[in-house]
Amino acid sequence: MEQQTGTFAVKKGLAQMLKGGVIMDVVTPEHARIAEDAGACAVMALERVPADIRAQGGVARMSDPDLILKIMDAVTIPVMAKCRIGHFVEAQILEAIGVDYVDESEVLTPADEENHINKHLFKIPFVCGCRNLGEALRRIGEGAAMIRTKGEAGTGDVVEAVRHARSVIGEIRRLQTKADEELMAYAKEIGAPHELVKETKDLGRLPVVNFAAGGVATPADAALMMQLGVDGVFVGSGIFKSGDPALRAAAIVKAVTHYKDAAILAEVSKNLGEPMVGRTVANMPEVEKLASRGW
Amino acid sequence: MMKIGVLALQGDFAEHVNILKRLKVEPVEVRLPQQLKDLQGLIIPGGESTTIGKLAGDFGLLEPLREFGRQHAIWGTCAGAIFLSKDVRRDQPILGLMDILVQRNAFGRQVDSFEADLIIPELKNSPRSEIPFHAIFIRAPIIEKVEADARVLAALPDKRIVAAQQGHFLATSFHPELTNDTRFHEYFLSLVD
Repeated sequence: MEQQTGTFAVKKGLAQMLKGGVIMDVVTPEHARIAEDAGACAVMALERVPADIRAQGGVARMSDPDLILKIMDAVTIPVMAKCRIGHFVEAQILEAIGVDYVDESEVLTPADEENHINKHLFKIPFVCGCRNLGEALRRIGEGAAMIRTKGEAGTGDVVEAVRHARSVIGEIRRLQTKADEELMAYAKEIGAPHELVKETKDLGRLPVVNFAAGGVATPADAALMMQLGVDGVFVGSGIFKSGDPALRAAAIVKAVTHYKDAAILAEVSKNLGEPMVGRTVANMPEVEKLASRGW
Repeated sequence: MMKIGVLALQGDFAEHVNILKRLKVEPVEVRLPQQLKDLQGLIIPGGESTTIGKLAGDFGLLEPLREFGRQHAIWGTCAGAIFLSKDVRRDQPILGLMDILVQRNAFGRQVDSFEADLIIPELKNSPRSEIPFHAIFIRAPIIEKVEADARVLAALPDKRIVAAQQGHFLATSFHPELTNDTRFHEYFLSLVD
């Protein structure tokens, strides 16, 4: 009776345990404890939140493993960490220190402008960003066990998160109206593996868990994404760039659980203090948009 | 039709809901105390036990769930088993309904999550009783000790306890809801009055 580790079922399974929850960006062990106490289902350990990466510029890389280890020691919930797109050695390092999930993330500066990491080779699971169904299924084809819509990280503007979630979910709705013999042509059109297109059609959803990310700053933003049909929410800069992180974090957790209950959403939205300042995506030059990274 | 609640604060409640539907049971998502009304049993899903415990406290569910448990069957999978137990060796909100001592993340981190086949004698009434139960363990807890009239339902080859029962309470370290095998859900439904 063999015990098997690192299987796709256990990789995908951890994401299933995160559903209906909020994953929060944290830069210190202290932040991680605040996030856990507020009800986060996992934290993303990093040196700078996306808003600061955006403000400071320069090459953004994997965080110092020592910082990630300190955050892992500080909390009992799963800890995720980011590596650069295509930087499989950063991913190997994150695997070696035992993080629970690797985010191959467009928020960091890409290391490879053609290829993503072959995620099948790892025992730890990966989450990847997407803007549409084709991109989501390419990442799953490479071994991603969880997907998040990209949104536009570090802006506090939810418009791109909405665009990408509507794109993925709308394309799945339209896919379900297609006949099976149309799927190969469709797979070619969106650049996705045929068997995953077929599986998505049959399931009526992505074959792995799909969270929203990139621009969620309020409980209402989080509930909006849930009502659009995602399984949970990443909040990056929105919490620790706000006036009262503990209060806002707890409110966003409650909003994701009670996302259809407007009376509770009104209650948890009261007196949260200043939200993150934010930056409107509509005025942003294309080159500054992180979501266009990834292929 | 039998109505069974699934605690839907956080975690993989939708997976339990889907299996209940396949078994011709009416599933009800529970997020607030009044939603426990008229239910004949409750499943507490996998997820993060700290998140589930915090939300249960915030929305006034801890006492109503304990009250519900005095009359009705409750099954906890993974985080749900932690939440049902009376001792997790750390300070976090739990129901304390089952006389089991649970150790969280007992196998290590995600890299140590695993799948294994279990022989579960209690499933013997099932027509598929000779088939092992394929169990998925995700950052799983173990049941270190069963006390009072709680008893062991399944253990790993090294004797570590991964499923226990006490009257109408059931706790599993693993996730039958992540498989297509409905035998554990059927076993739980047999405990519902």
